[in-house]
Amino acid sequence: MSILEIRDLHATVETPEGTKEILKGVDLTIKAGETHAIMGPNGSGKSTLAYAIAGHPKYEITSGSVTLDGQDVLEMSVDERARAGIFLAMQYPVEVPGVSVSNFLRTAKTAVSGEAPALRTWVKDVRSAMDELKMDPVFAERNVNEGFSGGEKKRHEILQMELLKPSIAILDETDSGLDVDALRVVSEGVNRAKERTDLGIMLITHYTRILNYIKPDFVHVFVNGKVAEQGGPELAERLEAEGYERFLEGAK
Amino acid sequence: MTSPDVTEVNDVNGPESAGDPRANEAAGGAAGVAPVPAQEELAEASSAAGGGWSADGADGSGAVTDHSRAQLEDEAIALPSGGEKAEKATRAHRARSFEVSDFERPSTKMEEWRFTPLRVMAPLFEDAATDVRGEDDHPVMYEVETPAEIAVGTLAPGEAPRGTALVPESLVSAVASERCADALHLKAAKNTEIAEPARVAVAGQGADRRGNAHIVLETEESSVATFVVHHTGSAQFAENVELIVGANSQMTVIALQDWDDDALHIATHHAKLGRDARLKHIVVSLGGRAVRVDVIGELVEPGAEIENLGLYFADADQYLEHRLFVDHAAPRCTSNSTYKGALQGKGARSVWVGDVLIRKEAEGTNTYELNRNLVLTEGARADSVPNLEIETGEIEGAGHAAATGRFDDEQLFYLRARGIPEIEARRLVVRGFFAELIQQIDVPEIREHLSDAIEAELARSMN
Repeated sequence: MSILEIRDLHATVETPEGTKEILKGVDLTIKAGETHAIMGPNGSGKSTLAYAIAGHPKYEITSGSVTLDGQDVLEMSVDERARAGIFLAMQYPVEVPGVSVSNFLRTAKTAVSGEAPALRTWVKDVRSAMDELKMDPVFAERNVNEGFSGGEKKRHEILQMELLKPSIAILDETDSGLDVDALRVVSEGVNRAKERTDLGIMLITHYTRILNYIKPDFVHVFVNGKVAEQGGPELAERLEAEGYERFLEGAK
Repeated sequence: MTSPDVTEVNDVNGPESAGDPRANEAAGGAAGVAPVPAQEELAEASSAAGGGWSADGADGSGAVTDHSRAQLEDEAIALPSGGEKAEKATRAHRARSFEVSDFERPSTKMEEWRFTPLRVMAPLFEDAATDVRGEDDHPVMYEVETPAEIAVGTLAPGEAPRGTALVPESLVSAVASERCADALHLKAAKNTEIAEPARVAVAGQGADRRGNAHIVLETEESSVATFVVHHTGSAQFAENVELIVGANSQMTVIALQDWDDDALHIATHHAKLGRDARLKHIVVSLGGRAVRVDVIGELVEPGAEIENLGLYFADADQYLEHRLFVDHAAPRCTSNSTYKGALQGKGARSVWVGDVLIRKEAEGTNTYELNRNLVLTEGARADSVPNLEIETGEIEGAGHAAATGRFDDEQLFYLRARGIPEIEARRLVVRGFFAELIQQIDVPEIREHLSDAIEAELARSMN
């Protein structure tokens, strides 16, 4: 039973105008099997929260703590965090020219599990996971994210999540820019992972649409660098009806 | 190019330079189509000028200043006449001679030497004899291993075909020619197809010892052969490699610079291609204190094709320079050049200059050249200068792209966020960077050797 605990997290970023605080005291607890939707207007710091947890060097943590099953995540390097069980599905996955998807997946799997996967079952696992995400098998021989469409990139992110089997997954606007078919396929992948591995999910989104496919247990409204309000799925419905105005007013 | 008033070729071709932390990218032509997705750094790159383009429209023929095959025909632009001065400035008018005295000692004022570290290379500018200290004590030992079908012989200066393709264009080349009494001559006879590569192992015997060499590689009409020239050890080595590629023949040349850290090497590879001939020319420069390889290809008969491939890896305080010149002087010829380099460590330095000349008679030319550099650590610097001179509008396509990028932190983050440790992530990226080139080397043992060598280079930087 994994548990990710974020306590009073503050983070800054360097900008041309100077140091800017983006996260201003985030409190959040995500347990295995739970889905938490983080919703908020653009610029509220949702993505920063995702990248700060994953350890992107651009963000400096100035105070607060992040622990995974009691272990200090902030003390870990980026790859240590991933090996500890944290997965970040990125909004803008990066191209890696000359590195094939299959090579990349095998290298990552080997790194995460500490040993090379048994060849026969691995090939089968990759194939069936790709099949479920409606990805053409030739995809495996393409270079990582090179020339991928927006939908292909997101499927590829979810493919990695399904194969690497993290305990906590952070999905950073995975739904942005997807058409309905792709959104359904991607959402099904997330739901499968949750069923199969009791995954804890932090679902960062700007839109309520994805919540028709992935049912959140908790909804957090993220405004001005922290959680402004939390509740159950009904909060998402309220946001749908009322928008973020009320919270933005409060933040001023 | 808003000011097409091109007169001096050398002046308009601003170098594409990058040391860290800048990354830059330039594709030929003012439109600046980025051949790879623009990176964030691109926006702030201060020196992302449009690469070097020049047009010599002395006789009023259309000069094309576009960069991508697809757009070329639509965007052909006729430039005003460059006049007499442009004619003189063109790459084709560099002096050629067998006389050492016809050449000045290199200085930084000379375009073709402006990057080269002249003080480091100074020993090679001396008109010095090969440093033989005894019957079996040569500065450079040669081991020639050839399949039975390859004829092996020697050629004196002036003895054809020696000197039919290569007439020296520089002091070092002229000295190497004059000081080499017996040029090694390897020849594939007419209509023979030879699968097994012919190998010339060149082993330097000491960093203080001067060697001069001239090698003639020849494929007669409709023959097929591969030649490997592999340099190891250390020396001060002035070398000419003359490539005579007969009509309808296919020659592959692989030149490996695997020198020790203190070697100095200046090589001139000069090819002349017959009708419908094909040359695949591969340069791999990994070792040496300072290495410069000039590769000149003359397309003087219709339908010939040159493919230039290059791979280099510069370490701390190492200088690697590659200069290409493809001379399109006949109709319907093709040339493609792809050079890629990685640099790491303080004082690692690389220079790539790619000159392509499309003469008036070279209608139907298709040419593209690309140079990419990957700067792995701080303190390294790569220069990249593509030049294209076009004297006819009747071409299929002409383009170039040059880019120098820093090791991409976002790539690194992406891979590490998947649990891959930093060292391994760097390896993946660098291997990936070179993969498309290595795949094109048809000799498996050299492919393996290269993969191993790149691993070793990386291990050096990451311990």
